This record gives sequence, C-alpha cells and structure tokens, in this order.
Amino acid sequence: MKWRVDNIHPVTNGEPAAECTSVLVADGRIAALGSDLSGYRVERVVDGCGQWLLPGLIDLNCHLPEPGSDRGGSIESETRAASRGGFTTVCTTPNTSPVNDSGAVTHLILDMAARNGHTRVLPVGAVTRGLQGERLSDMVALTRGGCVALGNGGHATTSSRVLRRCMAYAHTFGLRLFLQPENASLASDGCAHDGLVAAGLGLPGIPQVAETTAVSELLMLAEETGANLHLGPLSCARSVALVQAAKEAGHNVTAEVGISHLVATEQAIEGYNGTFHCRPPLRTEADRRALLEGVESGVIDAIVSQHRPSDEAAKLAPFPETQPGLSTVESTLSLGLERVAAGELSREGLLQALITGPARVLDLEAPVIAEGAPADLTLIAPEQRWMPAAGSLFSAGAHLPVRDRELPGIVTLTAVDGRIRHEHGGNGS
Amino acid sequence: MQDIEQLLNRMTDDLRAHISAQGLSSLCPVGIRTGGVWVAQALRRRLGIETECGELDITFYRDDFSRIGLHPRISPSRLPYETEGQNLLLVDDVIMSGRTIRAAMNELFDYGRPESITLATLVDLGRRELPIQPDVTGIHRSLGACQRIKLQGPEPLELTVEEVPDA
Amino acid sequence: MPDNSRRLQLTADGELRHFLAIEGLDKPLLTRILDTADSFIEVGERTIKKVPLLRGRTLVNLFFEPSTRTRSTFELAAKRLSADVLNLDIGTSATSKGESLSDTLLNLRAMASDMFVIRHSQSGAPHFIAQSVTPDVAIINAGDGRHEHPTQAMLDVLTIRQHMTTFSGLRVAIVGDIQHSRVARSQIRALNALGVDEVRLIAPDTLLPHDPEALGARVFHRMEEGLRNVDVIIMLRLQRERMEGALLPSESEFYRMYGLNREKLAYANPGALVMHPGPINRGVEIESAVADGPQSVILGQVTNGIAVRMAVMSMAMGGQLNERQSATGEGVASP
Repeated sequence: MKWRVDNIHPVTNGEPAAECTSVLVADGRIAALGSDLSGYRVERVVDGCGQWLLPGLIDLNCHLPEPGSDRGGSIESETRAASRGGFTTVCTTPNTSPVNDSGAVTHLILDMAARNGHTRVLPVGAVTRGLQGERLSDMVALTRGGCVALGNGGHATTSSRVLRRCMAYAHTFGLRLFLQPENASLASDGCAHDGLVAAGLGLPGIPQVAETTAVSELLMLAEETGANLHLGPLSCARSVALVQAAKEAGHNVTAEVGISHLVATEQAIEGYNGTFHCRPPLRTEADRRALLEGVESGVIDAIVSQHRPSDEAAKLAPFPETQPGLSTVESTLSLGLERVAAGELSREGLLQALITGPARVLDLEAPVIAEGAPADLTLIAPEQRWMPAAGSLFSAGAHLPVRDRELPGIVTLTAVDGRIRHEHGGNGS
Repeated sequence: MQDIEQLLNRMTDDLRAHISAQGLSSLCPVGIRTGGVWVAQALRRRLGIETECGELDITFYRDDFSRIGLHPRISPSRLPYETEGQNLLLVDDVIMSGRTIRAAMNELFDYGRPESITLATLVDLGRRELPIQPDVTGIHRSLGACQRIKLQGPEPLELTVEEVPDA
Repeated sequence: MPDNSRRLQLTADGELRHFLAIEGLDKPLLTRILDTADSFIEVGERTIKKVPLLRGRTLVNLFFEPSTRTRSTFELAAKRLSADVLNLDIGTSATSKGESLSDTLLNLRAMASDMFVIRHSQSGAPHFIAQSVTPDVAIINAGDGRHEHPTQAMLDVLTIRQHMTTFSGLRVAIVGDIQHSRVARSQIRALNALGVDEVRLIAPDTLLPHDPEALGARVFHRMEEGLRNVDVIIMLRLQRERMEGALLPSESEFYRMYGLNREKLAYANPGALVMHPGPINRGVEIESAVADGPQSVILGQVTNGIAVRMAVMSMAMGGQLNERQSATGEGVASP
C-alpha cells in the first residue's frame, strides 16, 4: 500500500526538525520526504498533527510467552502491546516452553509472529541446550533458522568452562551472544538487592558482587575468545564502570539496561511489594544514577523493556515465591520520556538507546528518516499523556511498573516494513 | 455532695446486721477496681476485718469484648487468700446494669468455690439488665440521660455527679 | 516499611488487629502488650487458668515449618482463652500437593476461622496473608523466614522487665547467629522501641547481616569487649547447617570464641541476666554452669511465653471484632 503522513516533525539525533514535513511510504520504504508530496497518488493520507516521526524503536529484550503455558499472554497480545509502546522490532528471549534451542522452535516462533504478530520479531536462541548450562546448542542451525543471537535467557550458566566453550564456538561462526551476567553461587537463593531494604524485610539478598564478578568473568572470557558479547540487563554502577573500561580498551562488547532499573530502586519492594520483584534486582539510587549516566554516555548501548508479562497469580504469594518481572513494553518509551522531563536523561540519549544503539548491537543499518530508508516508523505525540491501568493494557501481563498515574507520550502510529500496525484510536486502541 | 462518711457508716451497720442474720463467720473482702477497692478498704477498716482486701480486674470477663475489644488499661487481679469455702464480701462503688457484678462473680468462681458471696455497693442507680441485687447499699440515686456519677479517691473519697455531652 | 507495617497491623483507632512484626509498633502499644501479659501471668497462677475471652472462636495453628515447642505454647495460650484450636502441620511441601498458599487459607477461612497463627519459611508470608488473602482473620506471626519472630521478642522483653524494672539505661547484648535469626531482628526492634540505652551484636562477620548499624545495633567481634558494662546477655541458638554453609568452621571454635561460660560472664555487669530463646545447645552457645546458674532466667521465659501469646491473641481478636462491628454498624451478641 502506498500511503503518506503529513504534518510531522522528523526526529534526527533526538532533535525534532523545526519544520513540518511529509513522508511518503511505498514498497516498504520511505519513498519520498518533503514539504509538498501531494503530487503522489496514495491510498491513504494520515494527518500527523504536528507530532514527531521517529525510526521504529527496537527492543532487544522482550519475552514473548509462546510457545508456553497460556498464563501471561501470547505473541499476538504482547507484540500488539509492543507496537502500542512504539516498538517496530522486538527480540524475544529463548526461555520459552519448550526452550528455543532448536530450529523447529525458532520456526514456530517466526511462523506465529508472521501470522499474528504486530511487530517484527527477531528470536534469540538458547546458547546451551534447554538453557541447562551444560551442552552447547545447535547455534549455527538456530542462526540459520532465523535467530539473531544466542542467549542465556536470564539463566546464569554455572560453569565457567562451559561459558568459555560457548564463546569460543560462537566466535568461530561470528555469532552474537546475549548474556545476562549473574554468578549463581553468589546470588544463591537471593531475591532482592542485598542492602538495607532486604535486610529489614528479612529477604535473602543478591549482593552486587553476584553481578560484577560475572561481568568481569564474561568480559575476560570474551576478550580471550574474541566472542561478540552483549551484556545485560545491568543493575550495578560497578558493572557500568567495568563495561566502560572494556570499551576503552577496544573490546567488542555492548550492554543493555532494563527500563525498570532506570526508574525504580530497592525502595519499591518495601512492604513486600512483589510487583517489583525483578531479576536482576532493583538496587540503590546510586546504581540507578550510574545506569542513567551509562545510557547518556553511550557506555550502555540499549535500553530494553525486559518485558516479562505474567498473570495475577504469579505475584500472589510471599515475596520470595513471586515470579520476577514486569509488563513493561507498553510504557518503556513513556517512562523514558519521564526521565527526560525530570532532567535525568537527554532526549537524544533516550532515543539513541531505543533506536540507534539496538540497531548497532544487531549489526543493522542505522535507522533514519530519509529517502530510501526502510519504513519502520513510530509516530508519537510527546505532549499528550496517558494512564496505564491493568484493564486497558494490550499486554496480558497484570503487573506494571507504574499504575494509575499519567505518563508522557502517546504513540499514535507504528509501521513495520511500510505496513501500519498500530493506530491510536483506530483498530489499535 | 453526699456525705460519704455517713453512707459508709450506714453500710457498716447494715453489714453487721446481715452478717449476724446470715450467721456468717469471717468475711474476706474483695473490691472491683478501682472504686470498689477503695470502698472495700473503707468497709474493711470499719468492720475490723483482718484479712487483706482482694482486688479484681474484670476486663477478661466482661461481656462486651466482641463489641469494644480489650480495655487498654489492665492490671493483674490480686487475691491474697484462697477463696475455696470462704464467705466473700464483694464490693463495688456503683451498680447499674448488673453486668460488672456478673463478670466479677464469674471471675471469683474461677479462683475456687466460695461458700457465699455478700454484695455491697455504695450507690445503686437502678436500671438493672440482669437479676442481680446488692445485699447492702449506701444510697439509691437516679440519673438524667446526660449525667454520670463518679467516685473520686482514695483519700478523701468523694462522690460527684458530672454532666456528659449527649453521646 | 514501618508505616506499611503499622497500617497493616493496627485498626484506624490504633488497636492491634494482626500481630506480624515489632516493626511499626510504638512504645505505648508494646508496653500495653506487656501489661496485658502481666495480667495473664496472674491468671496462670489461679486454680482455673482460663478466661472466657475467646470462647466460641476458632484458632488455627498453621505451621509450615515444624516446631513442637512454639506450637504447643500457642495452643496452650489459645485454650486458656477458651478458644477452639485446630493444628495443621503443613510442612514445607504445601505446594507439592499443588494447592497454592492462598487456596489453602481461603479454604480454612471458609471453615469460619477467627485467627491464624502462622509459622512459615518465607519472609513476609504472614504479611502477604494479612494483606492479600484473609485480612479479616487475625494473623499472628509465629516466625517468618529471617524476618521476625515478634512473640518471642515480646516474651524476652517481658522477662527483662520483670528483673530490671525499667528499660532506660540498659545495655543488652545479643550473641550468635544474628544473620539467620528472626528472633534477633525482632528483639533489636523491641529493645530500641522500648528505649534501652544500647543494643549490641556480638558475632563474626559471616553471621552478621549486611548493615547491622542500620538495624539499630552496635557490632562487636569479641566477647570481652562486647560484654563490658552489659546488663542483659541474650544467647542465640546455633544451627548445625551453619557449618555446612561455610559460615563457621566448627562448634568448638564457636564455643571457644563466642560461647558464654563463667569466665566470659564475668566481663558483664554483676547480676547481668542470661537469656536464651531455646532450645539450648549446651557446650556450644553456653556452659551448663551458666545456663543453670543464678543469673540465668531461661526457665522463666517459658511462662512468659504463654502470657504474651494470650495477650497478643486477645488484643488482635479484640481489634478484629471492633473493626467488624464498625463495618456492620451492629452490635455482635457476646457469649
């Protein structure tokens, strides 16, 4: 379909262009860009109402619950949520049921995404069989099947020896590894940041060294094997420093942080609030600020949603028995804009971390609004506000980082490959 | 207000008559906190009873626990003698519905089985809700809807009537 | 947390309706619990050791972690309040039967339970139950994970009050496995709320929590230093698993460094109280001569345990009934 959107400010490097302009979309690409495109015949004209047009946002860490049990949604519901959140591409995680450690499961995911999905779905396969951390998975087959990377799906590998071999093998074929850093024996049975709040609540803690020792170990192994390593989500200030040092020394490493860790700290779990049971755990204010600075400076390449939708029952238990994770993909951009409004992050930093950074991690062309560029588009009304509430979300997940409070920025339209997938007030909302 | 001395003297005379009529030997006095204890001590002195006064806190036996919960001010009851087989003199400052006396008697029976209980109250306000009557009373009074009677003490003992705003 | 804890445990009028944690409760309320317990001690000295307060009410002992001692004390306390008692030993395999914690409790409530006494291996389980499952059933925490064991702390401070009369000016030392002790956490909070001069913790680093000063206590690593000028010594039980967890080399090394024997007792103030929540490991935490000696008040702690539990159970039941009454606006016929 050929269509045109008028009256928009294209955003480059975080800054919206001063002038309004129009964009013509045809054959999955931006066919033309200019102030008067009325000459072209199109099937549809969208009035952009002076809003901002961004290249589509990319989420490197978004759990889609299919294949799996029917608690907590489907590829359809969660990609619809992602689309409403402004994302045109999401990378799923391998911890599905069954685990995505074979071409068959990868095909299943891509198939369902093609039929029901509302965004582009890029699967991340399992780095070890069944995510058990013992045997290598068929990494090449997974990649040929469509996986853009291999990951540990948040299940820390206990054996350093196995990790080293995974990296060496991945390096052989130039494969990318998405590894969440956690030293399992230091993390032990912990469920919250090992600090004041957990001590007061009597909750077993996960000390910062559980992450920083794992980050150090992964960095050194990656250096030795030459593997292409993407780390995260990070939660500690010290981890940011370690990644920075590695980058400065010229190593090939990238990093991500979950939006929740930029927004909340360990205080959020006071009173045994299981909603904010996260993995890695929410830590101190000093850590939060360091993570924000890491995004701003580019040491952290990507902000991810770390979307983990779950039903009511998942958090209806004593804190240590609740399932970690939040349904975040619909509000990630808005939560980021809130940080910008609070002066904690620049708009450029935010958008880099949601668009350019993730693209770079995946070795994709830098997304731009320009003639010839792929038409993955996100149109947002930055001044408008919306209220996330359990009943009105597209995600089937019942647990939100922010509830019953207004957030800035409404995504009014997303398009993937030139095809409109979400429209606010249309068949979308 | 009332001459307490006069009331106590009259009660003492009435008690002596009662003791003699009933053929009671020694009496063990026990007062209900707080006002009843003061009156019990005053009567004990006048009657020349050697046994120390017991003190009952009836909080655990009240019948309104389901409505108002546990009363905040509580202190342990104290009965410095065995009640089993004894003639008890139960004393309270004011009797109205009779529920306090019922609670006190229930509590006394949990200490042991007394031979008898003689009830003495300083003031009887009428308005009974239970069939309980004192053997000896200082004075009968009736109060208006917005009035309450209070015994101040322990020294000097004084009865006052106060107005309470319409509850 | 103090705010949340207070709101959950108290009615709008400040009456107790759940007893989950010392945290969030202030000195006047804690004092009231102690005073009420005093009255129940007197009841325990009568021929008939019962009062009719909870007659007709059903109390369920839900012990997800086994414990004969604590459970029997709660059972006895409930019976002395004339309540009917149901004992359920669910063990840690509640979920192995497939039934969730919420479902188990809702089923029990459907059987018209008025009060649950809960011991659970997860911190926050009683909070979760009081907040999200059965808020109209009085919940008494008999120990949750590493969080709190508030009735134990109350009986300990009652024992201290009986011997020391006042809390101000006191120095109290808690010795042993603080990190894994819910009793210690409750004790520290209770002692601070009641206004002692200083709470001290004496233990090696492996047995101390992350930030003990933030809990309101001063840390010592040596008995000699830690016990100087101390008026009350509370010895904590050392569990065998600590050796396996690489937290301590052996019981004999622990006894050598932290065990309370006559020699170490002499560092404290003369007449200092020796306490232990029990059960005692003789020769590990404490020398027999000290445990059985003149300064030990360990046995007295048991009687106090029944009285304290009667106090919190009756206060919490009273608060719940009060709330129900305000909600319906009707009087409830009393037994």
